[in-house]
Amino acid sequence: MAEVTLRGFGWRHAGRRAWAVRGVDLRIAHGERVLLLGPSGAGKSTLLAALAGLLPEDSGESEGSVEIDGLEPSKARERVGIVFQDPQTQLVMARSGDDVAFGLENRSVPAEEIWPRVIEALERVGFPYPLDRPTAALSGGEQQRLALAGILALRPGLLLLDEPTANLDPAGGALIRTAIARSHDADTTLVLVEHRVAEALPLVDRVIVLEPGGGVRADGTPSAVFADLGDRLAEQGVWVPGRPLPTHRAVSPPADSLVRAEAVTVRQRLPAVSVSARAGEALAVTGPNGAGKSTLALLLGGLLAPTSGRIDAAPGGAPHRWRAAALTQRIGSVFQAPEHQFVTSRVADELALGPRRLGRSAASVSATVDELLERLRLTRLAGANPYTLSGGEARRLSVATALATAPRLLVLDEPTFGQDRRTWIELVELLARLRDDGHGIIAVTHDDDFVTALADTTFALGPAS
Amino acid sequence: MTLALEPVADPAAPLARRNPVAKLGAALLFSLPLVATLDPLTPALALTVELALLPLFGVRYRVLARRVWPLALAAAGILVTMVLFAADRTGPLLVTLGPFAITTGVLVNALGLMLRVFAVALPGVIVFATTDPTDLADALVQNAKAPARFALGALAAFRLIPLLGEEWQMLTLARRARGIDAGRNPLARLALFGSTAFALLVGALRRGGRLALAMDARGFDSGLPRTHARRQTFGRADTALLVGAGLLATAFLATSVLTGLFHPII
Amino acid sequence: MNYRWRTIDIIIASVIAVAFGIIFWAWNFVWSATEAAFTFFPPAQTLLYGVWLLPAVLAGLIIRKPGAALYTETVAAVISALLGAKWGATVIPQGLVQGLGAELAFAMLFYRSWKLPAALLAGLLTGLSAALFDFFAWNSSYDLWDYRIPYALLTIVSSTIVAGVGSWALTRALAPTGVLDRFAAGRDRALV
Repeated sequence: MAEVTLRGFGWRHAGRRAWAVRGVDLRIAHGERVLLLGPSGAGKSTLLAALAGLLPEDSGESEGSVEIDGLEPSKARERVGIVFQDPQTQLVMARSGDDVAFGLENRSVPAEEIWPRVIEALERVGFPYPLDRPTAALSGGEQQRLALAGILALRPGLLLLDEPTANLDPAGGALIRTAIARSHDADTTLVLVEHRVAEALPLVDRVIVLEPGGGVRADGTPSAVFADLGDRLAEQGVWVPGRPLPTHRAVSPPADSLVRAEAVTVRQRLPAVSVSARAGEALAVTGPNGAGKSTLALLLGGLLAPTSGRIDAAPGGAPHRWRAAALTQRIGSVFQAPEHQFVTSRVADELALGPRRLGRSAASVSATVDELLERLRLTRLAGANPYTLSGGEARRLSVATALATAPRLLVLDEPTFGQDRRTWIELVELLARLRDDGHGIIAVTHDDDFVTALADTTFALGPAS
Repeated sequence: MTLALEPVADPAAPLARRNPVAKLGAALLFSLPLVATLDPLTPALALTVELALLPLFGVRYRVLARRVWPLALAAAGILVTMVLFAADRTGPLLVTLGPFAITTGVLVNALGLMLRVFAVALPGVIVFATTDPTDLADALVQNAKAPARFALGALAAFRLIPLLGEEWQMLTLARRARGIDAGRNPLARLALFGSTAFALLVGALRRGGRLALAMDARGFDSGLPRTHARRQTFGRADTALLVGAGLLATAFLATSVLTGLFHPII
Repeated sequence: MNYRWRTIDIIIASVIAVAFGIIFWAWNFVWSATEAAFTFFPPAQTLLYGVWLLPAVLAGLIIRKPGAALYTETVAAVISALLGAKWGATVIPQGLVQGLGAELAFAMLFYRSWKLPAALLAGLLTGLSAALFDFFAWNSSYDLWDYRIPYALLTIVSSTIVAGVGSWALTRALAPTGVLDRFAAGRDRALV
């Protein structure tokens, strides 16, 4: 049981000009279950970190007050548990049971009490494996469940969840949501930040909306808040439930084949598949985790050689044999994690890199860079270091860098992963326009809405054998 | 390219079952004194004992061979370096290769060095093949009184190794996708390696930041004395292992001194 | 000056060790051809020795607390023992000695100086300690003036440049990416 009171609370991270959160006045009573919403940049993660007592004095400046049961968060740490979005960096130990025990060891729980509490916590979240299951062998959803068990074992009065499904596929997201529902009891106060709003609603009874720049915009039951602010929130990028998404069907039939895979396999990662992509067509590659979707994307992108079978991107034969610079002119690849593709220290240099390596003139390079900055709304960030970009900005940058060398085929791995509504719609529009201009699009995706909105053809990979 | 991290031995074998700190201590006690001498007798004796004790650690000879074959390359390098740079060319001359005189002295010293490389490396290889990292961290904290936060911090970071290995592969592919490859030019390959290494470091540090936050969220910095979910005991058999290792190393050195073959490094 | 290590200090030091463990592992694959060449002419290998000594100086410059250099280089040594498993456990005392060299440099400056001169001194001393260790432990049988002394000198030079200047440059390159925001080393960057 924990009660949360915020009075005019604000926080500014060191190294940033703008305040992450400002002027927040809120009261959350025992046992309430709250969904915290707001567009990106509204300060939701910062607020949760403040409640968890994880904003150290030396890393920024604060305003106003925060109290958990009348105590400062740094004094109330044992009453608060927080689950973050990345399962990989929350797990500490190599074996599942040991990981749940980690928090108990830290809190000086006597050794004989540790294992019974571990087993109880795993039971509560419905963890199906024995205690010595290696954490590396768990799927993303199972890892998040384990992380939740690790927090629940500490019996927090206030449970905070910061985008727990952001890094998970739909199946994984469902797993953690059932675990949250299963393990909830009337004594625990719950504050959830979640961008898949529709799926999160059954878990909460109150919605609070934060306004970027300061203050609480709305506070009430879900139906009341969405009726009042639904349109405004949807425009700002919140996934307000019940709003339809625009679809973009192809206007003309597909043209020539850009790449063809014939009975290609990759040892232990992909069974034999045959698929082809054509200009003026958007191909969606779907399938469960482990089926080999990313591997197929790498094959079609000319980045990986098949163990058997052929890949043909006429003219020129197999793309994995081409020099990298030549590859960028024909096929562009956008990876699932944008930061994998950053190689320079400025956004503008990232965009200039591809064309420069092709030997274009300085004027031509400059023109391409400006055009892409404009098109992908990155002009303001031209001098920024790519690693400091937010998720949506980084995604736009990685798409822009692939487009800088004007390839005819674009291969994207989970392009809409973790995007807010606004970036999602923009991205789909951009890809649709490219498709209508005669480019070929291959997208590996879990996102059914994306498939509905854009795909002309779907290729489904079966489950891993 | 996989990073083998798990123990590859039979964990029930009598010596594999010993306390990890005892095993590590025994490996160091056994191998470090061997560094003190350059004669071939000492490492030969040590190697014989090591290979004889291998089954007691539950490690198969084939597995050991797989792990230490790179040492053969190092040993070959030593032989070449000795031929080129030996300080002591006493003894009857066997053959002359250009300006380099190969005498029995050179060969005996080379043999000593080559055997020493294997004799010194094997105990550590065997220990790490039979030890789980979590058990080692627990034993370091509970038995060797190492500071818990440091041992566990290292253990937590250690878990990131397979992830970072995969990330290296992805970073290499991503660079190709950006139009950067190096072909045959060694300078270009070096630059590409450097760029990939930098990106790996940035990614690793970002992950580290999130990991530290998650660990603090679970009370890692609470300042309370940590309790232990898994017990590591240090019993008589473990002490015996340590003492045995020390005694054996001393015995080998004594033998070489007594036979007059002892050849100190200083 | 607070000398108590925060969780972030411990984890970042460990992560530096782990990341360099991977970098060394990748290096072995990429340069396996040249590795063979080095095996047959070890003195040339000392030009690269500095890379192995980078973690110690880098950790010192980033974390800026007593023990950073020593801890990180030791953990890096333990990891390379666990990963490569080629040299066995002797890399651990070797790593300790190397880390001690860098640690000594920062201690001599009272843990107050963290700019290029400190990096150079740390690179120099860690190279010196590595050179001394190898001089006695591994190189005793070779000719003093043709091999042992050039090896030692090249090690020290390589370490001063690669580990010393290299880690200073690396710290400056890392700061703008935002990963050093929880450290003083990262505070110098412009407001975003």
